[in-house]
Amino acid sequence: MSTMVISQFSIPFLMGNSLNAWSDALAGFYLFGLPLGLVIIAAIPLVFIALYSLTYGVYGERKISAFMQDRLGPMEVGKWGILQTIADILKLLQKEDIVPASADKFLFVVGPGILFVGSFLAFAVLPFSPAFIGASLNVGLFFAIGIVAIEVVGILAAGWGSNNKWSLYGAVRSVAQIVSYEIPAAIALLCGAMMAGTLDMQKINILQSGSYGFAHFFLFHSPIAWLPFLIYFIASLAEVNRAPFDIPEAESELVAGYFTEYSGMKFAVIFLAEYGSMFMVSAIISIVFLGGWNSPLPNIGSVALNDWTNGPVWGAFWIITKGFFFIFVQMWLRWTLPRLRVDQLMYLCWKVLTPFAFISFVLTAVWEIYRP
Amino acid sequence: MEEGKVISQLVKESAAAYSIIHEKFGLAISDFDANETMPFFEVVDASLWTEIALFMRDHPKLKFNYMACLTGVDYPAEEKLGIICNFESLALLNHKLAVKVKCAREGGSIPSVACVWHTANWHEREAYDMFGMTFAGHPELRRILCPEDWEGYPLRKDYKVQDQYHGIKVPY
Amino acid sequence: MQELDTAGLGSVRVTRKSDTVVILEKDLATEQMVLAMGPQHPSTHGVLKLECLTDGEVITQAEPYLGYLHRCFEKCCENVDYPAVVPYTDRLDYLAGMNSEFAYAITVEKLLDIEIPRRVEFIRVIVAELNRIASHLVAIGTYGIDLGAFTPFLFCFRDREIILGLLEWASGARMLYNYIWVGGLAYDVPADFLKRVKEFVNYFRPKAVELSELLTENEIFVKRTFGIGIMPADVAINYGWSGPMLRGSGVKWDLRRNDPYSIYPELDFKVPVPDGKHSVIGDCLSRHLVRAWEMDESLKIIEQCIDKMPSAEGFNSRSAIPKRIRPKAGEVYGRAENPRGELGFYIESDGKSTKPVRCKARSSCFVNLSAMKDLSKGQLIPDLVAIIGSIDIVLGEVDR
Repeated sequence: MSTMVISQFSIPFLMGNSLNAWSDALAGFYLFGLPLGLVIIAAIPLVFIALYSLTYGVYGERKISAFMQDRLGPMEVGKWGILQTIADILKLLQKEDIVPASADKFLFVVGPGILFVGSFLAFAVLPFSPAFIGASLNVGLFFAIGIVAIEVVGILAAGWGSNNKWSLYGAVRSVAQIVSYEIPAAIALLCGAMMAGTLDMQKINILQSGSYGFAHFFLFHSPIAWLPFLIYFIASLAEVNRAPFDIPEAESELVAGYFTEYSGMKFAVIFLAEYGSMFMVSAIISIVFLGGWNSPLPNIGSVALNDWTNGPVWGAFWIITKGFFFIFVQMWLRWTLPRLRVDQLMYLCWKVLTPFAFISFVLTAVWEIYRP
Repeated sequence: MEEGKVISQLVKESAAAYSIIHEKFGLAISDFDANETMPFFEVVDASLWTEIALFMRDHPKLKFNYMACLTGVDYPAEEKLGIICNFESLALLNHKLAVKVKCAREGGSIPSVACVWHTANWHEREAYDMFGMTFAGHPELRRILCPEDWEGYPLRKDYKVQDQYHGIKVPY
Repeated sequence: MQELDTAGLGSVRVTRKSDTVVILEKDLATEQMVLAMGPQHPSTHGVLKLECLTDGEVITQAEPYLGYLHRCFEKCCENVDYPAVVPYTDRLDYLAGMNSEFAYAITVEKLLDIEIPRRVEFIRVIVAELNRIASHLVAIGTYGIDLGAFTPFLFCFRDREIILGLLEWASGARMLYNYIWVGGLAYDVPADFLKRVKEFVNYFRPKAVELSELLTENEIFVKRTFGIGIMPADVAINYGWSGPMLRGSGVKWDLRRNDPYSIYPELDFKVPVPDGKHSVIGDCLSRHLVRAWEMDESLKIIEQCIDKMPSAEGFNSRSAIPKRIRPKAGEVYGRAENPRGELGFYIESDGKSTKPVRCKARSSCFVNLSAMKDLSKGQLIPDLVAIIGSIDIVLGEVDR
């Protein structure tokens, strides 16, 4: 009975409640022969990135870091500094958009664009809810891992095009780092894919649903799943250049790394891309290991917490919450840890994470075959 | 030093160190000035300065391994420039001694001791920067605090500041 | 097949087929890049410029350029009276103004040969040690920033703020105090000052532990500093290093002990040197540890001073200040242990004038920094940053 109430609550636009219902309905929406629905599908993650990075990414990070550092953070603009982000945007909009005279103008302008597109494309295969996914590919996970590599091109273009030695150092470091860390990251995700037996993001989610809530998550599926989980989390930090792996933009060494020369809106776009990637890796880790849009709450007897808290709207809530949780952990680490050195970073990748990723790969395979 | 005045332990130690150097170099160095605040001797024959410095550093009873300070000084009355070095045998014999070396005011040169104590490297550059004496044998004698193309030597007593520096008016 | 060397562009192996030259193999030419680090760079701690010759990330040579903050300290001193030099000394090492004033005051007092009231000495030591803690907090905090840890910096500044508040209460200024005068103090400390200092000491002890847990014991921090920028003791002495730098190289040398001044001989404190268990002696970590340990010792000194402090009854902080400071002709080299090492003043008086004929400041940072060229050879850029941070320079004192 109560399940009915909740699920009725989660039927917006009368689009139905079944798998991918919203996105399918939108995709079929044409106006004057134009695929307006597809544009809306593409716009939803974009609006999401913008909103989340402005609220949680900028204001949230400032406040969180402030509380960790025993200070107040922004307090002047609005109550508790709540309008600080708007002030920041106004400032960024007013800034002169400088292109250095000796920069490679084409690469300099194109760099942030590629960077953003790279991080944004992966959102196409993120299931935001049981009823919504941009593109329900059967190789969704593979696409998400692969498409992020485009960011490397953007970073290299930005760093090289700036014609600044610090930018160049930052770009070269960044590329080396991302390319290296993709290997343990991909192998760790492959463990998840092996447990699921599919690369389809929605199917991975469905396989993790059940009335016991979190107990169905892949993290608790096998005794060694925590290892690829941990490996992917560490590698994802490096992939999105967050501390302690923020050496490409190490402000005390390389001034600001590959975006030293950027100002105004181009700078904002780079930041947007960075926040986009942060959410993207957090969403992927929660999809593959923590059940994505599935509610972690179990049914306890007649108190059917799991049933009540599942559904398209709840699904969107859970996946965003899980993503935000991992972003919070990223921030937490950033404000706690010092930065690794370049060679230590590579050491960690090739001599620690990659072998352990292979071990977990083999163990997962063995577990999947001989699972009791 | 007046008769009957108590000489402190520090000055006695310095005097003992001085006598060892005096034994070796004789008239190349002046008499010992046993004042209480900074006992010192002067190197009369400036060309022997590097040799004296090495002797001071390496002699087992001197072991002045630490150059605390090297100060450039202008003596307009004597028409001379000079340096004053404060030495100490750090953590070994714990005695101190100061040495003065002088040279002619115009075009004067003092042998460099940068090869004996690394400290002297930058201090000699600073003395050159501020007073204009050269240090023969210094590895890279160029200005250190003033810009490379600054005119004159600011700490000389008769220094007049230049009017213009790259089109900027200097005296304010 | 033959090898051609194409003037610096790398060697090219070619072969000839009839008349045409066929390139078989071409080495990519590499050349060293000049990297100007500073004067505007986040981790040169001010306006220091390091002109680095880099081969990839490896620095083959780094040449420091100074003088961007040169304010003619010595020339100024020759043109003002002895007491008027004190405010200028604040601006040498602006993070440890009290210590600089202290060094200058004891130097002139040595030349004047005057007795100082005991309470003055105690207050001087208290404010100097407070300032030493504040200075070390900045050193440790900014070192954290250099290595990418931002939070310890803010923790350090939070605690430093309390010290600055105390010193402001005593002297009226936050950084440039003009408090320790030749022959005395500007004012006696306010009532309840000692109580508040004691409160601070009690407050700060656990905070120092927290700081070391957050930064010093951090695995990544240790990895970044362990064995980096090693300076052997004999070379350090030859370079004229002093203070925490020299002690970091394992030489137990503290002017407060080895060339005692003021009331330091009466106080009980240790001179911390690395024992080689936690760090390689002489590396960046040793220098950092020495600073962290020294803060503890300073706390001890402050506590002892508060306990032994003579009463304020009938006390005038300016009673021993001469009406007119005109020392007899002579020279003096006086020095004190600053947070960054030995700050020495060479002062020459002609016995006639009330102005020094020559006043030279032997700055510890200037001397410590001169080893930069040797230390940076063959290091990576991140290590260079770690080394500069561990030298803990204040450009105000380097350039004077």
